[in-house]
Amino acid sequence: MSDIHPIREFWLYFRENRGAVLGLYVFMALIALAILAPLIAPHDPTAQARDALLVPPFWQEGGRIDYLLGTDAIGRDILSRLLYGARFSLFIGVVVVTIALTGGVIVGLWAGFYGGWVDSVIMRIMDVILAFPSLLLALVLVAILGPGLLNAMIAIALVLQPHFARLTRAAVMAEKNREYVMAARVAGASKTRLMFRTILPNCLGPLIVQATLSFSNAILDAAALGFLGMGAQPPTPEWGTMLAEAREFILRAWWVVTLPGLAILITVLAINLMGDGLRDAFDPKMKRS
Amino acid sequence: MIRFILGKLAYVIPTFFGITLVAFGFVRVLPGDPVLLLAGERGLTAERYAMLLHQLGFDRPLWQQYLDYLWKLAHGDLGISLVTKKPVLTEFFALFPATVELGLCAIILATAIGIPLGVMAALKRGTMFDQITMGAALIGYSMPIFWWGLLLIIFFSGILGWTPVSGRISLMFYFDRVTGFMTIDALLSGQKGAFASALQHLILPSIVLATILMAVIARQSRSAMLEVLGEDYVRTARAKGMRPFRVVAVHALRNAMIPVITTIGLQVGTLMAGAILTETIFSWPGIGKAMVDSIGRRDYPAVQGGLLLIAGIVMVVNLAVDLLYGLINPRIRHGGGQ
Repeated sequence: MSDIHPIREFWLYFRENRGAVLGLYVFMALIALAILAPLIAPHDPTAQARDALLVPPFWQEGGRIDYLLGTDAIGRDILSRLLYGARFSLFIGVVVVTIALTGGVIVGLWAGFYGGWVDSVIMRIMDVILAFPSLLLALVLVAILGPGLLNAMIAIALVLQPHFARLTRAAVMAEKNREYVMAARVAGASKTRLMFRTILPNCLGPLIVQATLSFSNAILDAAALGFLGMGAQPPTPEWGTMLAEAREFILRAWWVVTLPGLAILITVLAINLMGDGLRDAFDPKMKRS
Repeated sequence: MIRFILGKLAYVIPTFFGITLVAFGFVRVLPGDPVLLLAGERGLTAERYAMLLHQLGFDRPLWQQYLDYLWKLAHGDLGISLVTKKPVLTEFFALFPATVELGLCAIILATAIGIPLGVMAALKRGTMFDQITMGAALIGYSMPIFWWGLLLIIFFSGILGWTPVSGRISLMFYFDRVTGFMTIDALLSGQKGAFASALQHLILPSIVLATILMAVIARQSRSAMLEVLGEDYVRTARAKGMRPFRVVAVHALRNAMIPVITTIGLQVGTLMAGAILTETIFSWPGIGKAMVDSIGRRDYPAVQGGLLLIAGIVMVVNLAVDLLYGLINPRIRHGGGQ
């Protein structure tokens, strides 16, 4: 058992969870679609066809084969917009998680490593952020910064960041008096080295699980902000913004409402399936020897 | 016990002041002149501007402004809404019952369905039932609820015509507000059909708001139940020859429910975030929709006040849950004071 590489061992556990593997495949397919969007999208996502307003999907009466999933109220191809939308959602997830993770880890390492008043001040600030319902705080932050995709991402990252800070701090507090840290300290490692090279790698498991959760939360929150008109602005083919534009047609054209939401659900579900699998694979209680 | 309560309060008080700082700072970091933003008037003369500047206190040092803000807060003065010209506090509590009614209904729905499903899934671990329930729970947990609400409207209002699309009650009915809860007021009014109408309006928004909470509760009930079923006292009860139903209902369930109930209490913040979206979709005249509208209309006193009150209420509910948890579980009270 001991000569198995940790990553291989991890994969062995992860593979046992069929849902997680399915999530991983769907997620990889989404990445591929997002990257290939300019090549495979049949139309320009913002091009308006005057002769094809609210065309239903091809299998329905009145549908046309050149608009596979139909068009919206101003004649834009839904399929192309969904493909380009995947780029936005995945991009939002990556950016938000990177900002929140980096910020949270640095702040959490500081708080856990130094303790005392540094810890108290940092953790009280995190408490204040967590006291607000996340979407409300994000909305207010966007009101300050101005609506738009970039500001929405900053706001969501700020709201998600305390979770990383708390996790890192707890892990550091548990690790910092262990023997291997003592040994590194006695050997003359600098504080920065102790924090980032010695302690941090041993706290990675829970952080990766949290990063997955935050990834799906970021996509949901960004779509919600877009839906409320405070995120990506039209004509950006972002899924939440597409839903906001489609709202008035809900009783006339089901496809303009159903499809963008389905895309959000599938993406978030795939990531959460992966997250469940990661959590089980990292959780020592679940491991059978 | 007193030490436990004081310990919890020691955490909450700095957080509360942090919340007031955020609400206080909010209008001061907005782009633009805060006097113009808070006055909400156009084409101000120089005298009028100077008067407002003084009246709103922006000519004083920042720390003094903050103390003034706290002083007014302590006297229930949260400013005047720019749109309705009424005190923000009055406006808030006029809308608050609608949100509470929706939230309570969602909690009842989520608990009544989520707990039995989670417990059953644990008892039938590994079966088809378990897999389907947990799959559904994960879908619920991943649901963009603003889309889910639209789907339900398409199906139940559009295709089946069973439920209305928006509002709290049909316009046919009019009666005085007694409790602010439409369903209860409708019953009290004694008008025929009023209660049914209120309930019809309430059901879809409640389902939407309950979805994520239900998924969380089902998942948590399952794992709490699985943990308890492995405990020694459950094995002892079984070994004694107690009937399986009694083992589950009397021994396991009671202990498994403690963490689940705590979870429900701690989800109030999430529920409030959900209420923002749910109320917007169903035009439900509550706090969540009011906040979105106020932000859209740049009614900053209303946003500032709402922000503070919502965070304050969520904080108080969380504190109450924490204290209650300590009350029912002595292990937390004595050991987990940290």
